Amino acid sequence: MVHAQSALEADAAETALSTADLTQMYRTMRLITSTGEHAVGEVKAGRLKSAFYPVRGLEGACAAMGVAMLTEDQLVSNYRSLGDALAKGASLRSIVAEIYGRADGTSKGKGGAMHIHDQSVGFVTSTGVVGSGIPIAAGLGLAAQLDGAARAVVSVFGDGTTSIGAYHESMNLASLWNLPMVFVCQNNQWAEHTPIAEYAASTDLAARAEAYAMPSLAVDGFDPIATAQQLRTALGRARNGGGPTFVEIKTYRLTGHSGSSDYSYMPTDELAAATERDPAPTFRRWLLDEGVLDEQALAEVDKEVIAEVEDAFAFAQDSPQPAASERYTDVFADEKVVSAL
Amino acid sequence: MTTTAESTTTTSQDETTRMTMAVAMNSALDLALDGDEKVILLGEDIADPAGGVLKVTRGLSSKYGTGRVRATPISETAIIGTAIGAALAGYRPVAEIMFMDFMGVCLDQITNHAAKLRYMSGGHSTIPITIRTTVGEQRFGAQHSQSLEAWFMHTPGIKVVMPSTAIEAKGLLASCVADDDPCLFIENVRLAFSQKQEVPVGDYRIPLGEADVKRPGADLSVITYGPAVHTALATAETLADEGIDLEVVDLRTLIPLDMASVMDSVAKTRKAIVLHDATTFCGPGAEIAARITEELFGKLDAPVKRLGAGYHPAPYAPSGLSYLPTSDELADTARELLGY
Repeated sequence: MVHAQSALEADAAETALSTADLTQMYRTMRLITSTGEHAVGEVKAGRLKSAFYPVRGLEGACAAMGVAMLTEDQLVSNYRSLGDALAKGASLRSIVAEIYGRADGTSKGKGGAMHIHDQSVGFVTSTGVVGSGIPIAAGLGLAAQLDGAARAVVSVFGDGTTSIGAYHESMNLASLWNLPMVFVCQNNQWAEHTPIAEYAASTDLAARAEAYAMPSLAVDGFDPIATAQQLRTALGRARNGGGPTFVEIKTYRLTGHSGSSDYSYMPTDELAAATERDPAPTFRRWLLDEGVLDEQALAEVDKEVIAEVEDAFAFAQDSPQPAASERYTDVFADEKVVSAL
Repeated sequence: MTTTAESTTTTSQDETTRMTMAVAMNSALDLALDGDEKVILLGEDIADPAGGVLKVTRGLSSKYGTGRVRATPISETAIIGTAIGAALAGYRPVAEIMFMDFMGVCLDQITNHAAKLRYMSGGHSTIPITIRTTVGEQRFGAQHSQSLEAWFMHTPGIKVVMPSTAIEAKGLLASCVADDDPCLFIENVRLAFSQKQEVPVGDYRIPLGEADVKRPGADLSVITYGPAVHTALATAETLADEGIDLEVVDLRTLIPLDMASVMDSVAKTRKAIVLHDATTFCGPGAEIAARITEELFGKLDAPVKRLGAGYHPAPYAPSGLSYLPTSDELADTARELLGY
């Protein structure tokens, strides 16, 4: 098992991050934070009736994945998918419109916040049942292998998912068949309202991969550069026929389980320590300190992100409700099957 | 309604050979693998030498390779999930779940994903998978026997197919593989080897959603599918001696459901029995009987009857505790309805 060292020490040529990569990562982090907080605000204000699962704390993990994945790589996410979707380049306007359940949403308003997708950028699907996306990602991996294509498939899930059968079946199958996959476990330390030590017999999630003869590593999710470099290595291995890798990204959920839930059960010291490392502002300081971007360039990114998010929410709120006739479309390819029942 | 298989090929159009239903299904899969490189097979023990629990896939891994005809771990959730994922990437997977009772192991993948992804994606995702499974073998006990088709009829988004003859098994399976939606194809163990017919050697398809009148009759309609079709046909011969003329309608597919053919038949005979191996209570017959009553209330001469399995798990005792509807029960029910 490989445990990643500090990001800033590892600079192998193939995983090195360019200024463009670093800028994109910062931009993605800000976009995730801003969109997520805007959505939660709308839910709490009662203007948005959506079971929205916040992604605060995951910004660095998601942004790292965004620069590590190539356009042709495919991603399957879960119900806490906003960060994954934005990192993969899915349309912000379409995503927000879907969260609002409007006609211009990714699924014409029929999927909702838990079922975001954008096939045009390889964000294939996201599922609302814990662990259920992992075997589907394995199928995409099998297809890539059968196609002889140099593309990798990433399955993103939380730490709570490592308790369910679909995960174990898929880990075994992917390793057995040497599928071109990366299993990305965003370990935010909480399975809904239960802390990891109370549901996992072993909290070293990366160690479990050894039982499936799968290479694995754990990386600090608050260190986005290390995370991106490790993901690049794992994705490169998958694309080159080296098989799957399990990557545990250790992070922390900076909010409750759902958009409107109480989170007084989370220990205040843990939460405070994690909040100190809040990904976007921390990364902003680092970029400034290291001279990667100056204040003016960072402020420009901030300004663009705010404008983009405001535009997306305005677009979603102006988007029409789905037509009543949409209820019975997309059940089957042939609508007559339904009308004849 | 159709009564014959229509060939879609120009070669071997008229050539037939005597096949069991199992061999006919093997032929359908062979032609599908040969005709479309995106067709792949997944399932436990499906590769040679095992060739599947009913030998339906025998020879196919040797012919097309273990890349496309792929034996899997005992992982029903991963089998169906992998099929769904491959379908999302343009493949047409055919997944085998050894016994229908095992559907519970992978029900989430079937009902929450295969059946819903088209809808939840607003039509962007297409899941052209076929799930083959077997049913109807009593000697294994309650966890390998039950007819659970009603579960899937009750889940919008998946088609449900159950053939009664070798010719139809081949033509319907070919249609399932070519269909752009998930299809559940249910193979009856007793029919797999007992049904033998002259079956076209070439490729042909029988459209999903078209019932077939297996026996025209004037006095009473038996609406049925799968193995119970043969119970109905045998009963019809017995009752013919008493001057009772049964019409036997084989639904062939439960979703799509050809209610127009059912209504045509019952409007003519004015009496109906719905017969199946599935549990009567909340079974497919409950829906069909209710629909007949709703639409033909004024034309019926007798109440619509349902005959199926009792409300209990499938018992083991192979000869002592038979539980599937019998020809005698069907005959008695028919006589009762003729008395109205």
